[in-house]
Amino acid sequence: MANFSTNEFKSGLKIMQDGEPCVILENEMVKPGKGQAFSRVRIRKLLSGKVVEKTFKSGDSVEGADVVDVELAYLYSDGEFWHFMNNETFEQLAADDAAVGDNKKWLVEQDVCTITLWNGKPINVAPPNFVELEITETDPGLKGDTAGTGGKPATLVTGAVVRVPLFVQIGEVIKVDTRSGEYVSRVK
Amino acid sequence: MQQCIRAFFAKRNVLEVETPILARAGVTDVHLCNVVTRLQGPGMPEPQNFYLQTSPEYAMKRLLAAGSGAIFQLCKVVRDDEISCRHNPEFSMLEWYRPEYDDAALMAELDALVQEVLGCEPAEYLTYQQAFLSILDIDPLHSDAKPALLKVLSERGYDGAVNESDNLDTILQLAMSVLIEPVIGQRRPCFVSHFPASQAALARIAVADHRVSHRFELFFQGLELANGFWELADAQQQRGRFLADNVERERLGLATQPLDERFLAALEHGLPDCSGVAVGLDRLLMLRLGVKDIAEILTFPVSRA
Repeated sequence: MANFSTNEFKSGLKIMQDGEPCVILENEMVKPGKGQAFSRVRIRKLLSGKVVEKTFKSGDSVEGADVVDVELAYLYSDGEFWHFMNNETFEQLAADDAAVGDNKKWLVEQDVCTITLWNGKPINVAPPNFVELEITETDPGLKGDTAGTGGKPATLVTGAVVRVPLFVQIGEVIKVDTRSGEYVSRVK
Repeated sequence: MQQCIRAFFAKRNVLEVETPILARAGVTDVHLCNVVTRLQGPGMPEPQNFYLQTSPEYAMKRLLAAGSGAIFQLCKVVRDDEISCRHNPEFSMLEWYRPEYDDAALMAELDALVQEVLGCEPAEYLTYQQAFLSILDIDPLHSDAKPALLKVLSERGYDGAVNESDNLDTILQLAMSVLIEPVIGQRRPCFVSHFPASQAALARIAVADHRVSHRFELFFQGLELANGFWELADAQQQRGRFLADNVERERLGLATQPLDERFLAALEHGLPDCSGVAVGLDRLLMLRLGVKDIAEILTFPVSRA
């Protein structure tokens, strides 16, 4: 993988730090009028998700990370791996629990997810921003309560728990924002 | 703001001058990078290198050596490889020189100017050593400063960029930029004077304490606003510093730079005892308007130039 000098730093660039692939979030030059320039970058570690700050001397170079995002459709889980397929080439790929993480509760068959690959291996699975899932369990709501003060918890078919308005019932399909985990609407 | 500055100097009988942006030599400063262009014409059949000036210092000192008396200049200067929310490769500079002033007298005059332009309170004054002692409890002039600075930089998350193999000045510059600058001069401007002799640039070394120089800087709300010297007038010493810069450039794998022989000749002829300071006008305007990004006060920042 190529090396990148500090002048090539920009948000989105993927570099290796502490043996882990990272993405640059922000890059800022610090330079006294008569002195050494430094690059101060905020990076997110792609395995742990941690955001850390790093300082480099201007002109230093760091190793790039072979990280790419691919769009793949979710097929199924065999309990150990989550299987995805490229809808054009029909190539399949399996992601382990570490890569899927908490997002497993948003995986809906046929939904196209963004899979981050490091050296060809999946390290992160991002579901679509909105998914539609069926409610399997929730308290019966009071008829006529449409104002919905605090709502109630509802368990979805994938095991995810979402707060929904009181009028939403078991068996209904709802739309959820996966970024916030919040209920958006019912799906007719 | 420029009107305010011109009125300030008119009242004080300081003459406004203009010097070339293009010159046959640039600077040897290890951390400054000239933009170089090629000129040709009558008398110059082959294109020759000309350097866009990083500051009008050498030309203004030639005027001083020729007997100009007190002078000031408002001009554009150009520095390559400097782009950030506080840097634009071409920027506006106010530079002035006062014969018979020492650094203390010039700091007082700059303090008055900044109060007039920004309407702020009078500045506070720290020495470089006081700043490091009060904020980091580390004496920057002590032989043990290096490990102590590396330790505190590492604790604050700034490790990685510097280590034992870096010279003390590089480590001091990082500590100054990330640990001192953000803290000092928040409510009122803050002068930092008596920089270490190894960072003297074009300042004379203090007679009473050879570890420090008569170089000062002014900071306000996280911005480095000005850099000034009680000027080194010794041509021999000045040439030695230029040559040392070039040796350091070679060590770092940077191109060595031709010396400005006309400037050195002016020093040999005799520079009057004087102090001079350069002020970043864009940053002054950023403070006056309360903006955080230099692009907001430029008509067309370099990304759109």
